[in-house]
Amino acid sequence: MASARTTLAYFDHAATAPMRREAIEAMRPYLDEQFANPSGSHRFSRAARQVVDEARDDVAEVLGCAPGEVVFTSGGTEADNAAVFGAVRRHGGIAVCSAAEHHAVLHCVEHLRGEVVDVDRCGVIDLDKLQAALSGILARHERAALVSVMAVNNEVGSVTPMRDVARVVRASAPGAILHSDAVQAACWLDLRDIVLVTDVVSLSAHKFGGPKGMGIMVQKTGITLEPLIMGGGQERDRRSGTTNVAGIVATAAALCATVTQRFAETARVAALKESLVDGITSQLSDVVETVPAASHTGGSSASCAVVPGIAHLCIAGVESEALLFLLDEANVCASAASACASGAMEPSHVLRAMGVEPRLAKGALRLSLGHTTTQADVDRAIEVIVASVQRLRAHRPQ
Amino acid sequence: MKVLVAMSGGVDSSVAAAELRREGHEVVGVTMRLWGGESDTGCCSVSDVDDARRVAQQLRIDHLVFNFSEEFNDAVVTPYVDAHRRGTTPNPCIECNRHLKFDRLSQRARLLGFDAVATGHHARIERQPSGVWRVARGADTAKDQSYVVHMLDQRELAYTLYPVGHLTKAQVRERAGELGLRTAAKPDSQDVCFISKTGGRETFLGHRIPFRRARVVDESGNELGAVDAVELVTIGQRRGLRLPGGAPKQFVLEVDAEQGTVVVGDEARLARDEIQVGHATWSHEPPPLLSTVMVQTSAHGEAHEAVLEEVVAGGSSRDSFVVRLRKPQRRTAPGQSVVLYDIDNRVVLGGGIAD
Repeated sequence: MASARTTLAYFDHAATAPMRREAIEAMRPYLDEQFANPSGSHRFSRAARQVVDEARDDVAEVLGCAPGEVVFTSGGTEADNAAVFGAVRRHGGIAVCSAAEHHAVLHCVEHLRGEVVDVDRCGVIDLDKLQAALSGILARHERAALVSVMAVNNEVGSVTPMRDVARVVRASAPGAILHSDAVQAACWLDLRDIVLVTDVVSLSAHKFGGPKGMGIMVQKTGITLEPLIMGGGQERDRRSGTTNVAGIVATAAALCATVTQRFAETARVAALKESLVDGITSQLSDVVETVPAASHTGGSSASCAVVPGIAHLCIAGVESEALLFLLDEANVCASAASACASGAMEPSHVLRAMGVEPRLAKGALRLSLGHTTTQADVDRAIEVIVASVQRLRAHRPQ
Repeated sequence: MKVLVAMSGGVDSSVAAAELRREGHEVVGVTMRLWGGESDTGCCSVSDVDDARRVAQQLRIDHLVFNFSEEFNDAVVTPYVDAHRRGTTPNPCIECNRHLKFDRLSQRARLLGFDAVATGHHARIERQPSGVWRVARGADTAKDQSYVVHMLDQRELAYTLYPVGHLTKAQVRERAGELGLRTAAKPDSQDVCFISKTGGRETFLGHRIPFRRARVVDESGNELGAVDAVELVTIGQRRGLRLPGGAPKQFVLEVDAEQGTVVVGDEARLARDEIQVGHATWSHEPPPLLSTVMVQTSAHGEAHEAVLEEVVAGGSSRDSFVVRLRKPQRRTAPGQSVVLYDIDNRVVLGGGIAD
């Protein structure tokens, strides 16, 4: 793995980030000699219980919530499912989300025959349409059970102004639970700002250097959800299943490290991304940034803010699958859109919702950066991407 | 060589990949995702992709998935539905080979720097002393698939490999067994991959086109009965016409979807000695006019001796041709592929679609 790390230029942090050293070290004892189940009644269990409690305290502190509001789950998808299904099953009513949500939210809302609200060209929920949808539900004498709006889009990286969303939801759907999938926000935004204005928040540990199979759901005091998983009553009856001690400890360690370094990392990675995008667009014609960066458009449009970790480009005249093959051959790891069960690339529902021309969407490329990305990675990616696109365009079939 | 091998998840393409690897080529496996809808058989389901990937892992080659479902829908499924709407009898597997495997995939392979595309078809590609490439029948005559790959031209033939064409099916399974490939005992796919066993053709088409009722008449125009869906009736068909029992066996002689009539009659009335063929493709050049050829009109049917009577150059579109059979045969349903072999019934010369 160490050799792979040195030869690969890894630009798929939004899919999963390498685990942080702190997290690996933190979890090791709990995979080994300290294996106890914290629900037991002996001293061995009590020791495990204590580290879970401490981890929960740490997480609560960086999220700006009470420890009792932190629910550990098996991942971001479970947290999203628990929020959407939990709200509708407990309270009845309609689930509402944006058209650019991750499938972990979108498929739940569609399954419940909820309402899907259009997004703007940045991939951010259209607040006027959200208001209209919520008013429409009220006018039909129905109620919205939950409104789910992602904090950062996982494909294109655009940032949703959650305060503005909260204003609309509180005014037009009082009583609705406001949920935010903040999975892609963890590395780049102050999560306390999101937790502050919402009722339920989902996070995924492996996106910020924690282990896969771990997630966090913040469920504010007074917000009730029907539990998705029932059983032994762990996590205060909100999520049953034997406590994943090692996972929880590592998640807390990764989140604390992420938050501590966030300010410096945001600046560092933003510079890398700028260099990456400039390097590509200065050498290739017909490449567009899918979400134009706010600074490029004059800075007036706050809704077009994009996190530093995601550079999403649409490259005319190439097909993503072909481009990714050439990048893979040259040891550059990137992605295009989400893959289906067979592993095939699916046309992106996010780009379609944003109204990106199919001609451009065919050549979608997501380069996502993170805590291990270096300038050397960026230089290598630029070189390989430029050469690959030039090659594909030169041999373009009629 | 650097070879891209199309792996459907079946035993033939698994062994094709293994053979190429054994020969020392640089091999990458690819499974094409073609059909996005419901399916329980054939080349499109997730479990078949899993099989292909696991075989690739065993062979230590990379495995990719290309999503060509849009092209598949446009080039195979839509024309299939249209053909039934017109009352003709399409062959979607041939259109898939024509447009997906040996066009879209080979185009992509060239773009990505591969020297050849390989598949698990039971056919052989050989280069004649003159330098001309030909598709020859596979070593296993019962499994020969030269009919379904007849459309390859010189450019594609030079770029294509059939690594199991020289093996019998039994030998293929034996090699798969020796290598411990999980697909060794997997049954052959039989059906159209986008049509599920549970729903069948009727359900598939019923969701896409309105079925029209048709009168069943004899050759004098006397009404004998009716069918609910003229779109599902094929020339030569005998069953499912709901004709009164006791009478001599009646076969479908004509289908007129527009007028909503199905003409039935004795089997002898299906005999034809002439086949008119459009949308022709030639492996190299059209064979000389009036030369003797062997004609095959279905995937596993017998070939019959015939004379190439006429070739009409299509100019910018495809040629058409007429063959006259030495002995009359049962009429070929419009839409079926008609493939010409040399007099030895060994190599493909070309083919087209029956008018």
